[in-house]
Amino acid sequence: MYSYPNIEKQQTENITSPLSTPHLQIKNLNVYIDEKHILKNINLEIPNNSITSIIGPSGCGKTTLLKTLNRLLDDSKNIQITGSVLVNGEDIYAKNAEVTHIRKKMGLLSQRPFPLPMSIFDNIAYGPRIHGEHNKKILNQIVENQLKNVGLWEEVKDRLHHYASQLSIGQQQRLCLARGLAVNPEIILGDESTSALDPISTQTIENLLVDLKKDYTIILVTHILRQARRVSDYIAFIYNGEILEFGKTEEVLLHPRNEITQQYVKGFIS
Amino acid sequence: MTNNINSRLRKEKIAKVIMQIAGFCIIGSLFLIVGIILYKGVPYLSWDMITETPKGGFYIGKSGGILNAILGSLYLASAATLLAIIIGIPISIYLNLYIKSDSIISRSAKLMFDVLYGIPSIVYGAIAFSIMIWLGIRASLLGGILTITLLTIPIVVRTVDELIKTIPEDLKNVTKSLGATRWESSLILLKYIKTGLFTAMLLAFGRAIGDVAGVLLTTGFSDNIPKYLDEPAATLPLAIFFQLSSPIPEVQGRAYASALILTCIILIIVICTHILTSKNNKQKI
Amino acid sequence: MKLRLLKDFLFNKISSLLLLCSFLAISLIFIILIYKSIPLLEYQNIGSILSQSVWSPLKGNFGFLPFIMGTAWVTIISLCFAVPLCLLTSIYLVEYAPDKLRKIVLPLINTLAALPSVLYGVWGVLFIVPLMGEYIAPLFGIVSSGYSVLSGGIVLAVMIFPIMISIIVEVLHTIPKELKSASLSLGATKWETIVKVNIKKAKPGIIAAIVLAISRALGETIAVLMVCGNIPKVPQSIFDAGYPIPALIANNFGEMMSIPLYDSALMFAALLLLIIILAFNLIARVVLNKLEKNHND
Repeated sequence: MYSYPNIEKQQTENITSPLSTPHLQIKNLNVYIDEKHILKNINLEIPNNSITSIIGPSGCGKTTLLKTLNRLLDDSKNIQITGSVLVNGEDIYAKNAEVTHIRKKMGLLSQRPFPLPMSIFDNIAYGPRIHGEHNKKILNQIVENQLKNVGLWEEVKDRLHHYASQLSIGQQQRLCLARGLAVNPEIILGDESTSALDPISTQTIENLLVDLKKDYTIILVTHILRQARRVSDYIAFIYNGEILEFGKTEEVLLHPRNEITQQYVKGFIS
Repeated sequence: MTNNINSRLRKEKIAKVIMQIAGFCIIGSLFLIVGIILYKGVPYLSWDMITETPKGGFYIGKSGGILNAILGSLYLASAATLLAIIIGIPISIYLNLYIKSDSIISRSAKLMFDVLYGIPSIVYGAIAFSIMIWLGIRASLLGGILTITLLTIPIVVRTVDELIKTIPEDLKNVTKSLGATRWESSLILLKYIKTGLFTAMLLAFGRAIGDVAGVLLTTGFSDNIPKYLDEPAATLPLAIFFQLSSPIPEVQGRAYASALILTCIILIIVICTHILTSKNNKQKI
Repeated sequence: MKLRLLKDFLFNKISSLLLLCSFLAISLIFIILIYKSIPLLEYQNIGSILSQSVWSPLKGNFGFLPFIMGTAWVTIISLCFAVPLCLLTSIYLVEYAPDKLRKIVLPLINTLAALPSVLYGVWGVLFIVPLMGEYIAPLFGIVSSGYSVLSGGIVLAVMIFPIMISIIVEVLHTIPKELKSASLSLGATKWETIVKVNIKKAKPGIIAAIVLAISRALGETIAVLMVCGNIPKVPQSIFDAGYPIPALIANNFGEMMSIPLYDSALMFAALLLLIIILAFNLIARVVLNKLEKNHND
């Protein structure tokens, strides 16, 4: 029915030379919503195994950019997208691209935690089950590993079959992260993932993300400059739908080349 | 893995087809209803049908029309709608703007109207009929109007309630902060939702004109055009119902034609409401 | 200045009075129904009224079972048709249908809601009844006039389509987008997301919609009366005629005066109907209001 590019082969290539070809490349991306030009000619190559923060004032298109990366805008109304987003060299906006397997490669951590309406265990097993894993032992193993991965195992191991909504909001967000990791993504997308959390939970999530970058490529949208500074290796600054600056964190924050970036970093534009 | 994804996508496709079939059945039933009434009704439709009252022998197939029922229904529905609006809109305003819309009184009153809305019209009819017997009043236009008013008040209250919810909170606060009394600010807010109010009125009218069970016992039936409120009056749905149960084909045919007339009235109302609401939505954007 | 305040004051008083009247009206309805039902309840105990199947008012037998069963059959048949069709259609409209299609379909469904029940009845008599009597029943080797609980159920199903669809559509809209995103970004297909997440989350609302539709179906009188056959016997198959409670009231109310207790029996029928419908309505509304509140918070 669909023609699939040979993913496995490309993966192995990537592993042998992780820095040469980025997982995620954005080329000439334009997004229009209701005829408004939301994203203007975005070109970006996200470095592998690192954290890239996308910063900018509210309404500049940060979240839109993030959603175009795993085609979550497909269902929105009056939307037009041109250009391409390459994941492992494969254009996800190509005509014959298959959405579900693209999305699987990208874990999403949204603004507020949204546990699925089921138990803690089922939340994490949901993804693997959908992708055809029904072996109980393996599922148990996956759930345990992922919960350990996000430091939640000790807290919830006695109540795996309780409703996920009973967890605290910080725990829920970690559960959502574990749920995303359970389908073995290559990229993690975070959409202001700590904005609903208290400072301690925020710190936990930040530390987790820093730990995870050795295995994943992480992109975070945030409007908190200090958070970008704390966790990210690279920063992309978006203003009015354009990328004005992209570079290593210290360079962008300490020696911005663009005037608007300078003002933003100093706190004039918020 | 690839196989797995293919079969999952196939499942989705099949589901989509089934959903489309379901939707088609539902929309199809509408066209089937209107289509069959058109198909059966058009041959019997004549100018006499809508300009004359029943003449002698009408119910065994001789000449005449159902003007009595058309006018009876229009009188009844207009009067009931008017009354329901006069009573319903103040209640709605009171519940939302005079007392806090989340207070216990307001919430339980709204629940009550939701529940009243659910009471079948036959129950209203039966109770109204008992009261009328008790008071010694015979079946009449007035009885029908009052019964149908009771039936339509909940519709008005609920629709206006929904409308008031759509008023931006800022607008409510602006009028208040200018020192308007609640009454004055209500008038301004009513102006803001006036197309919606008209839609509510049409809705109520549609429900009022189509109801049978409520008028069956309370309004009676008469071959004359009602002149006074205490006379029994014919209504269109009842005329359809009675004529359809006749064994004479000619009379049955008139039932189809009457049904067609009622359908047209309802479709006109529906189209008007649709135009009004879509116009309204455009204005607000 | 004083006049302004006076107007405000007057409006306040008048509208609270109107509200009070509505409260009184609903209590009056109950009082009358209960008061009128008492003679029957004194004559026969409630258990035997509800469980006996002989209805012959002339001999003083008031068994309500045929009517209760008639109502139950018709309602259940209508749900069998309406629930799957409405659920699938609503999901399609909310999740899949292109905007243009939705803009055409929703007004059409509103039109269906606006059609008076007598027109459904006419349609039932002209189309469904002959269809059942001449084509469907012979398929099963059954002789039937077509006036049956099946015909009633189908007509009723079409009548409750609009209310069910409009509420289910609303309920599906209250499901947070992020929840869908969460499932989609794990690589679930849209359909999997709908079945495993959306419907699960929307379950209370969907059940409320069904309950509300049931209460609408229970009270529907004229259309059902026209196609059901109205024989006071407990139906044995879907091709048998049935006699739902509202039809009983509508058919006999005018002529009941001369027979003792008949009046009381019909009022009891109305009371029974009212209590069932009120209970269903109340449950559904409370659930829906709660959902709406959670959504707005």
